[in-house]
Amino acid sequence: MSTTWAYISNYLVYSSMGVFALAFIAHTYETAFAVRAPHLADSAKGNLRTKTFDYTRTEKIARIATAMMILGFLLLLAGVVGRGISAGRVPWGNMYEFSITGALAFTGAYLGALRKYDLRWLGLFVSISVLLTLGTAVTVLYVPSAPLVPALKSTWLVIHVAAAIISGGIFLLSNVIAGAFLFLDSMERKGERAPWAKRLPSLDTLDQLSYRLVAFVFPLWTFAVIAGAIWAESAWGRYWGWDPKETWAFITWVAYAAYLHARVTVGWRGRRAAWLCIFAGSTFLFNYVYVNVWGTGKHTYSGL
Amino acid sequence: MSENTPEIGTVGLLRFMWRQLTSMRTALVLLMMLGVAAIPGSFIPQRSQNPIAVSDVFATSPTKALWYERFSLFDVYSSPWFSAIYILLFISLIGCVLPRSFEHYKASRALPPLTPKNLSRMEHHTEWKGTGDELKLARAWFKKNRFRVRELDGSISAEKGFTRETGNLFFHLALVLILVGVSFGSLFGMRGDAIVNVGERFINTPTTFDSLSFGKLFNEKSLEPFSIEVDKFVGKYNPVTNAPEDYTLSVTVKDTPESAPVKKIVKVNSPLSFGSTRVYLQANGYSPIVTVRDSVGNVAFQGPVPFLPQDSNLTSTGAIKVPDAIPQLGFVGSFFPTIGRADEGGGISVFPEALDPQLFLGAWTGDLGLDNGRPQSVYRIDTDTLTKIGLKSLAPGETYEFAEGSITFETYIPWVNLQVVKDPGKSYALLGSIVAILGLLASLFTRRRRIWVSVTKKNIQVAGLAKNAAPGLEIEIAQLIRALGRAE
Repeated sequence: MSTTWAYISNYLVYSSMGVFALAFIAHTYETAFAVRAPHLADSAKGNLRTKTFDYTRTEKIARIATAMMILGFLLLLAGVVGRGISAGRVPWGNMYEFSITGALAFTGAYLGALRKYDLRWLGLFVSISVLLTLGTAVTVLYVPSAPLVPALKSTWLVIHVAAAIISGGIFLLSNVIAGAFLFLDSMERKGERAPWAKRLPSLDTLDQLSYRLVAFVFPLWTFAVIAGAIWAESAWGRYWGWDPKETWAFITWVAYAAYLHARVTVGWRGRRAAWLCIFAGSTFLFNYVYVNVWGTGKHTYSGL
Repeated sequence: MSENTPEIGTVGLLRFMWRQLTSMRTALVLLMMLGVAAIPGSFIPQRSQNPIAVSDVFATSPTKALWYERFSLFDVYSSPWFSAIYILLFISLIGCVLPRSFEHYKASRALPPLTPKNLSRMEHHTEWKGTGDELKLARAWFKKNRFRVRELDGSISAEKGFTRETGNLFFHLALVLILVGVSFGSLFGMRGDAIVNVGERFINTPTTFDSLSFGKLFNEKSLEPFSIEVDKFVGKYNPVTNAPEDYTLSVTVKDTPESAPVKKIVKVNSPLSFGSTRVYLQANGYSPIVTVRDSVGNVAFQGPVPFLPQDSNLTSTGAIKVPDAIPQLGFVGSFFPTIGRADEGGGISVFPEALDPQLFLGAWTGDLGLDNGRPQSVYRIDTDTLTKIGLKSLAPGETYEFAEGSITFETYIPWVNLQVVKDPGKSYALLGSIVAILGLLASLFTRRRRIWVSVTKKNIQVAGLAKNAAPGLEIEIAQLIRALGRAE
């Protein structure tokens, strides 16, 4: 029974990768074929050598790309749920499972934000990073579905890790947007935006959006850390022991706290704020990759 | 000091330093410093977590270890420089938050400011011809939406969103409470470990612990007088991966020597609780039970000897010391719960459950050095001054006989490591954490804004102002205007 579900889950994850790959291709096509070659009629205006971008030409393929992202999300969701059923627990007991659930949260955050903002320009990036995450998960990180060690058998596994994964997905999305801000900002400083970048949101919107995502998810991250402390108290006999993972979670918390203060009370905007945001996000990534794989301490459940 | 420099005096200097310390910029710098200062402790082994790794550094590179030691890098989180940063940060925080709390308290009792004279200069300004009862409707709308209002000469000044600052202040005060809880716990708390064989009883007094550490202000009398009798321990392991799947410890506890015994189950995630003391199941292993006889046949020692696990398959090592035998006997041993194909002279356990147990013993004789007053580990024997008798591998029930006597490997029993932790500060830290999250939510998700309604000769004006230009005010004002019955 459980092995059947594990197989089903694997197939679903592989299928979602196929669909994400199609979404990626559609997004590339969308960007590439929006290029309008110089027209003879333009010669009068003297811009025979400038290419222009016309995204209305590829509106249909953009819609297909988004549909693919949604389909990929649903397949991955089913894959993650199947993995949970096969192990008889929540699907985040080792690094393979963290990765597929994290990719799901990241795609979910993107699709959620897409309902409110036109973020389709991000789709190219989201699809490729989800593909890379899943690719690493199935090749390097894969471990057979198995029950948990006694220390992980707790309701707090559901609460603590779910909060941490959701926070992580949104922190990373905010980082991507801050990165896009920096890129577009340096482009605008040199002159006008390149044609393909013209449809991306204004610098102001990006700046605000990356801040709002952080402000929205910071309480959840605080909760994830506190839930972890409560769990550690019942499993390990202390609520805080400066284990490497705890230390880096604290550093991430401090970095985002500094970011929020810098924005709200000191009034940082733009480049400085974006760099601080990226710094804070990279402490989270560092914690995820380094401490899980090479680190010591009580949080090394990667199974590697 | 030149004559032109104005004298600020000691008080002035102190005031200047206080202002600097409590400024937002300093607080931010201290916050970032705290984050950076936490980094080295995640790369350099910490004495509180991994004392063995620390002694490894001392053994392999003494110079590096010496320099690490000079900068407290093996104890980062209790080091003077780390403490200095967080103490300064918290002083700065208190110096910033307390005055703001008083100010906020006063402001929350004061009436909203008067309606500005010229509303057309304010944001979201709207003006139309009204019917006359708009002021009444506005009053009702503000009341329904729980605004604080001030009415004067046909105008209403309304304000909402004090929760933002309240939440903000509670969040920061809660952080102070967490710090208080942490320090209270480390000053008045204790932590001890005891290895207890199945069938034995643990009594919570300082002498029964194998290791014990306590806070500076801890009083031995505050140890709860409970006792725990270890009835049974079952460890379940995955037959494919050898990973542990479940540990169940059955105990009989007595809260006080007089109280009635109660049967309880302890698991990794569900410790026992006695007031602010909790007892955790932290490790387990095996104690071989042996009988040692001297050359005449008299029993010199009999009983279980806890061996310490060396790997995840519970290959365990230990020592059996028999000072009562003549001459004194010592055994250096390895216990294998499930013996695997061993290489020359060694052995390895291939599964943590005792499916095919085997005890390897090295027998020694001579002065064990137990009378010279120097403390020694119960798990090791210094064989430098001893004479070797021989080596033997025993299954349960087997006996190794030699000229000076014999040793019989009777059977084995599991032992558990009970960790006893008393932390009287943790409930404060938990309370602080809960308040911090609630405060954070309140401060991040509420907006402070003012709305004004002014009625002059049937001319209605509405305007508003949001602090920090928070979005959403225009929607709220549109709702108000609709409630006032403006015809579109």
